[in-house]
Amino acid sequence: MWSYEKKLMYPVKVSTCNPTLAKYLMEQYGGADGELAAALRYLNQRYTIPDKVIGLLTDIGTEEFAHLEMIATMIYKLTKDATPDQLREAGLAEHYVSHDSALFYNNAAGVPFTASYIQAKGDPIADLYEDIAAEEKARATYQWIIDQSDDPDLNDGLRFLREREIIHAQRFKEAVMLISDDRDQKKVF
Amino acid sequence: MSQQQNPFRRYYLPFRGRFDPCPPLGPKVFVVPPNVLTGFQPPDYPQFPPLEALQKGTLWEPFFDYYESPYRK
Amino acid sequence: MAKQLPKEYYVKLEAIQAIDFVIYELVLYLDTHQDDAQAIQQYNYYAAYSNRLKTDFEACYGPLRFGMPVQEQPPWAWAEAPWPWQV
Repeated sequence: MWSYEKKLMYPVKVSTCNPTLAKYLMEQYGGADGELAAALRYLNQRYTIPDKVIGLLTDIGTEEFAHLEMIATMIYKLTKDATPDQLREAGLAEHYVSHDSALFYNNAAGVPFTASYIQAKGDPIADLYEDIAAEEKARATYQWIIDQSDDPDLNDGLRFLREREIIHAQRFKEAVMLISDDRDQKKVF
Repeated sequence: MSQQQNPFRRYYLPFRGRFDPCPPLGPKVFVVPPNVLTGFQPPDYPQFPPLEALQKGTLWEPFFDYYESPYRK
Repeated sequence: MAKQLPKEYYVKLEAIQAIDFVIYELVLYLDTHQDDAQAIQQYNYYAAYSNRLKTDFEACYGPLRFGMPVQEQPPWAWAEAPWPWQV
């Protein structure tokens, strides 16, 4: 089970009224390398992986939901007071006609989320390598969003999230080393 | 820290054809983050104090890599 | 219209976010370094500290944590604004 804590993982701030940035952020909300995909990928892989890395997948998967809430907060703050005109100028008219300013699991190009963004091969090495690649792809995506954004407060939150990808990739690499190590193989099963 | 001194950046120069329409961007930069250059994290890694750790996005000093757009003036 | 939150709210909240962040980093570290006694000790220190900060915060600004004891008088503060994305 999970239980909710009524706070964000990091104090999210946005300084400029610029709904175009909300459109870019949707890449990390409902995109292939976004936080939803990350959370679902790791939590789902837990059932078919050696016991010694289940804790890590659980904890990183849980953290991804906290990141998803941060991205949602950014999008919410950037769109909550935007008029239909402003949303149209931001390239969000197509989003508006279907959703008003409701959040939806789309990527930045408006493509809806699909489960085929994630993999579960049932092979521990293949799955952990996929996880490492997912973290590097998410890190790169944060870089490209920062390249497009001139909002210093928003970039501050995005830098936090980018740094988390580095830590997660490090831990997944360590997980590969842990399950590849043959020191435990003489133990009885 | 300037991009040139950042230990987590690498560069390559894309081949330039005679018919490339745009002026060249120069060397293309990419990131080699600290996790790629580190093996299993050794014990007693230096830590940031809590508030600074939150602001930087990691507790562990050697894993911190500040990102700024290489295109920003 | 909800009340404006005092500056102190944000300072106290960030202090909690910082301590919980350290806890999260230690948890991920311990997930792959299960025999590091010093890290477990540090984790325990921050876990106790976080609990104190949250108890203090909750007395002023309402519940942060699910399933904790609350004031017996209505209204049911858990379901009250502000929510994390609103503040």
